[in-house]
Amino acid sequence: MTILPAADLSAPASTGRRLVHRHALATRITHWINALCVTVLLMSGLQIFLAHPALYWGQSGADSDRPAFEIGAETIGDGGQRGFVRLGSATLDTTGALGLVPNADGDLTVRAFPRWATIPGWRSLTLGRRWHFFFAWLFVANLAAYYLFGLINGHLRRDLAPTREQLRPRAILADIVDHLRLKFPKGEAARRYNPLQKLAYVGVVAGLLPVMILTGLTMSPGMDALLPWLVDLFGGRQSARTIHFIAATLLLLFVLVHLAMVLLAGPINGVRAMITGKLAISEDDDHEPHSAPQP
Amino acid sequence: MSRILLPNPKLIGRRKFLGLSAAGLGATLLGGCDRLSEAPKFQEFLDSAEGLTYRMQRLFGGGRTLAREFTAANLSPDFKINGTHAPDTPEYAALQETDFANWRLRVDGLVVRPLDLSLADLRAMPQRTQITRHDCVEGWSAIGKWQGATLSDILKRAGLQPAARFAVFHCADFYERASDGTGQYYESIDLIDAFHPQTILAHRLNDEALSVGHGAPLRLRVERQLGYKQAKYVMRIELTDRLDQLGRGKGGFWPDRGYEWYAGI
Repeated sequence: MTILPAADLSAPASTGRRLVHRHALATRITHWINALCVTVLLMSGLQIFLAHPALYWGQSGADSDRPAFEIGAETIGDGGQRGFVRLGSATLDTTGALGLVPNADGDLTVRAFPRWATIPGWRSLTLGRRWHFFFAWLFVANLAAYYLFGLINGHLRRDLAPTREQLRPRAILADIVDHLRLKFPKGEAARRYNPLQKLAYVGVVAGLLPVMILTGLTMSPGMDALLPWLVDLFGGRQSARTIHFIAATLLLLFVLVHLAMVLLAGPINGVRAMITGKLAISEDDDHEPHSAPQP
Repeated sequence: MSRILLPNPKLIGRRKFLGLSAAGLGATLLGGCDRLSEAPKFQEFLDSAEGLTYRMQRLFGGGRTLAREFTAANLSPDFKINGTHAPDTPEYAALQETDFANWRLRVDGLVVRPLDLSLADLRAMPQRTQITRHDCVEGWSAIGKWQGATLSDILKRAGLQPAARFAVFHCADFYERASDGTGQYYESIDLIDAFHPQTILAHRLNDEALSVGHGAPLRLRVERQLGYKQAKYVMRIELTDRLDQLGRGKGGFWPDRGYEWYAGI
């Protein structure tokens, strides 16, 4: 790892701060392409979902079948309408947010998701699909490049794989406490990921993202003919569609937590590190945030 | 040594600034996506993915892979009717009146022997029965049992001229009557799908004669593609070497309206 002298700092005010090399070029490039792809895929995916905002389990499922999950609008007693989200037999009134949402003029209209959440903003299954499939290709190519570089330069093994020490219940518990107290690693400790961070990243890189790709492929009738095991793996095309939606929701949750953590841990330093590769750490803060035993 | 961070007006100002910048950037990006969506050049750029998907699925799947066939236990209790529910032309009404006794399937274009086939002719040909999943572009699926002659048998009987590249299905229904004169339903497939063993012209669904809602008397089943390719009310099969002179030039009613011509995804 390259350690740069403090003289390279743009803001050398605080003594003992130095820039260290944090992220490889391949990591930075694939991170930002991935951020773009995931954003477009989530939003164009919601656009596609507008066409049939119901989820089923099994091989098939359509209007006459009972959905496991549904977003819709229904007429209520006084002749008005309400938006709802239904999971099994539980129904939640979501008027204004989901199911019945404001249109461009601010009037309530029957639509699963609001305009700001979809690409394009207006209803267009055709354009939603075109955005989705273009960025799906880019996303897959970028993820493949990430795996390749990660294996070659050791990023996956060195930075992402949790150490045996980090996987001890005590270490994980201590890290949970640190996160709850919003205590973030400083100094040398900031140069590597903490246990929860590693688990979250591994869960996304090796879990959620591949599941998104495989369940997406399972919805393609052409791919089902080519790779019939995909249909069996997820228990049917409609189950795959449901899992695609669940995994997308978990991915959105990850993005929100990830952004919150960046903001709390120091957004300028964090974002700069993911752009230039250099992270500023303070030597006077050079200690572990908690008293976990050192390896 | 520890430092205590006190709330600092400069810092709050910066946070507010960052927050506003992020919101502004987000709005610009969203507006940008909408503006891009409207730009024909950008749409063409996005369209390049369709060619890639088609070539990859043809490269790895080609004519060999089969769509899954299910058992009677998997049949959907109610097979949803979508698109046209009943063609509204007097010609179709007349055919329906005689239970399609006067209906003929015309096979022409780049063929050696143009054909006119009655329902009895099609029933007399070797039949294929398949229980398959119908996937609508909207996202739902229904499983049905289809029966009919294979398109490959029909095309072999007609004989293809060497220049033929696509089979076009002209239908009886007008899904819309657009001011440019288009709106009659049609679809087209390449010869790989045309000669695929599961590509049939079905006259029966779930052991009954095809209902009007499902495309009586004859509909296409091209099982490795989405629902809008499964043309209903087929009147004529035209073999052709190009698609740009039909409808709005994209090879099908829905492809003319922005959907992918290759609907394997």
